[in-house]
Amino acid sequence: MRKIGLLAIMIAVVTLVSADDRLTGDDILRKVDENFGADSKISESEMKIKGERVTRTVKLKSWTEGTVKSFTEYLAPAREKGTKMLKLDDQLWIYTPQTDRIIRISGHMLRQSVMGSDLSYEDLMDDARYSEMYEAEITREDTLDGRACWVLILEAKVENVAYHSREVWVDQERFIPLKENRFAKSGKLLKYTEIKSVSRIDGRWYPERMLFKDDLKGGQGTEFVINKVSFDMDIPGHVFSKASLRK
Amino acid sequence: MIRFLLKGILRDRSRSLFPMLVVIGGVMLTVVLYSWMMGFEKDIVRANASFRSGHLIVMSRAYAEDSDQMPNDLACLGVADLLTELKHQYPDVFWSPRIRFAGLIDVPDSSGETAAQGPILGLGVDLLSAKTIEPEVLNLSQALVAGRLPSSPGEMLITEEMAGRLHIDLGQKVTIITTSMYGSLTTFNLIVSGTIRFGIAAMDRGLVFADINDISSGLDMNDAAGEIVGFFNDGRYRPTEADQISKTFNSNPESQPDRFEPVMMTLMKHSGLEATLKMYRYVSGSLVTIFVAAMSIVLWNAGLLGSIRRYGEFGIRLAIGETQGHLYRFLIAESALIGLIGTVVGTILGLLSSWYLQEVGIDISSVMKNASIVMSDVLRAQITWTSYFIGFIPGLAATLLGSMISGLGIYRRQTSQLTKEFEA
Repeated sequence: MRKIGLLAIMIAVVTLVSADDRLTGDDILRKVDENFGADSKISESEMKIKGERVTRTVKLKSWTEGTVKSFTEYLAPAREKGTKMLKLDDQLWIYTPQTDRIIRISGHMLRQSVMGSDLSYEDLMDDARYSEMYEAEITREDTLDGRACWVLILEAKVENVAYHSREVWVDQERFIPLKENRFAKSGKLLKYTEIKSVSRIDGRWYPERMLFKDDLKGGQGTEFVINKVSFDMDIPGHVFSKASLRK
Repeated sequence: MIRFLLKGILRDRSRSLFPMLVVIGGVMLTVVLYSWMMGFEKDIVRANASFRSGHLIVMSRAYAEDSDQMPNDLACLGVADLLTELKHQYPDVFWSPRIRFAGLIDVPDSSGETAAQGPILGLGVDLLSAKTIEPEVLNLSQALVAGRLPSSPGEMLITEEMAGRLHIDLGQKVTIITTSMYGSLTTFNLIVSGTIRFGIAAMDRGLVFADINDISSGLDMNDAAGEIVGFFNDGRYRPTEADQISKTFNSNPESQPDRFEPVMMTLMKHSGLEATLKMYRYVSGSLVTIFVAAMSIVLWNAGLLGSIRRYGEFGIRLAIGETQGHLYRFLIAESALIGLIGTVVGTILGLLSSWYLQEVGIDISSVMKNASIVMSDVLRAQITWTSYFIGFIPGLAATLLGSMISGLGIYRRQTSQLTKEFEA
C-alpha cells in the first residue's frame, strides 16, 4: 500500500514538473499577451532613427486603452512637434499643425514609415494580441544573450495582418519576445526587431529599449526607447476623439 | 538626248505612266514615313528632355541607381554650392534643380474632412525666380487650360483631368500627402492656381507642378534636390557636347567616391533613349530599305512588261544597227528621267502631306487613354532637310534597279534571229 502511495506521489510530481514543458506555442503566446496586456497605458518614448546619412530623434507621448484606442502626440523635433495621431479600432487619423487638417491614413499609406523610422503605420495599428492573430508552433529552443528562449513560428490565422508569419524568440522565464523576424506571405523577411533591455514595471516585464529594422530600407534601424510608462491609469474619454487632434 | 527622251516619255504615256505613278506613290510614302518618324523621334526626345532628364542631369550616384522610384532620401545635398559650380563650369547650359515625388492629393470638404483623394506625380521646379526658363521648357503657358501659372509661393498647377475627377476648383486649397526626405509621411497645403493639359495621357492623369521652394519645404529638403537638370542655352540637344560635359564632370578629381557623390548623365543615357533610338533608327532604316526593294521589284516587273510591249521596237532598233549596249544605256537613261520626274513630284506631294501632319497631326488620344509612356496624344511629322532628298534614294534607285534588271533581256536578243522574229 505504501509502495502504491509512493508511486502515485511520484507520478503526480513528474506530471507537475513536466507541465511547463508541455506548454504549447499557443499557450506561450497567451502568456506573452498576459504580460503585455493592460487596460490602459501612458508612455513617453523616443525613436532614434539611424538613417543612411543622418540620425534623427523623435519624441512622443502615447495614451492607449486596450488594443483598439490609441492617441499619440509628437513632441520633437520642431518640424514634427504638434503632429498627432488617433487610432480607433482599424482607423487611423493624423493631424499636422502645418496643414491644420485631420487626414485619415488608409490603404497603402498605412505601409508608410512613421516619421521616417523603421516602423510603419501598419505596425502601430498592429496592437491586437498575438494569440488573437496567430497560431504558434514551437520549433526549437535557443539561448539569446544568456537567456533560454523558445523559438516559435507564428502563422496568421486571420486576414488583414501586417505580417503573414513571424519567427519569435520568447524568453522562457519572462515571456517577452526578445527577438522577432517578420515575413511577408512570399516568405521574404520584411522586418527584424530585437528587445535590447527589459525592466520590471508594475509587476510585469516590459521592454525598455528595442531595435526595429526594416529589411527593405537603408540605414541602421530605429532604436525605440521607452522613457516612462504607467499602466492602468484613468484616461479621459475625450482623449480618444478626433476633436482632441486639433487641441 | 535628254530632250529626245523627255519627248518620248511625254508623248508615249503608255511607256511612262505606270512606272511614274509607282515612283510618285513610293517616293511620297517614303517622304511621309521618314518625316513622321522624325516627328515621332523629336517628340519623344523633347518630352523626355523637358519632363524627365533635361539635356543633362545631375543626381547623387545612389539616386541615379533608382531614379525611377524618385528616392528623395538619396537626393543631392548642398545644392546651392553645386549649382554655383555647375553654372561656373558650364555657362552654356541652364541649370535648374528639380524635385520629383509621388503622393496623394487630398481635397477637403467645407468641414475640413477628406472629400476626395487621388494619386499624384509631383514636380517641384523653379517657377518663380526671375531668370527661370522652366515654365518655357515645360511648355506650361501652352498647356494652361484654366486659371494662371503660379505667381506666388504656395500655389500649384494640376491637370484638367484631375480637377474634373476630384472636383477641385481654381483657388481651392488642397493638401499634398507624401514622404519627406527622411522617409516620414508629410503633409502640406497648396492652392490650385490653374489647370493644365499636355496631351500626353500618362502625364494628364495625375501630374502636379509647384515651385521648388514649396516642395523642398514640404518634403523637408533644405538645400537638397533629387535632380539638377541642364538645358543647352539654344534649346538644341547636342549629343557629342553633352557626352563631353558629362565625362568631364564625372572625372572631377575633387568629387568624393561615395554613394552620394553627384554624377552627371546625358539625356540619352538617363532616359534610356540611346538604345531605344538606335533600335528605332535601325527599324526605320530597314523599313526604307525594304520599301526600296519592294518598289524595285514592282518597277522591274513594270520594266519587263514594257520590254514585252516594246519587244518589236527594240528589235527594229537592233536591226537598223543600234548596238545592244547603246539600247541598254538608252533604257537606263529613260528610266532615270522617269525616276527623276516621279521623285520630284512624289517629294512635293510627300512634303505637302508631311506639312499637314506636322501642323495638324493625327489625334490618337482615344488609343492612348490608359498609356503610361511619355508620348504625345497627337502624332506629328517633322520636316527636316533630309525630308527634301530622302525620296531620291528609292525613287531613282528603284527605277534604275528595275530597268537594269529588266533591260538585261536586250542582250538575249540575237540579231541573226531578228528577221525570223519579224516574219513570225
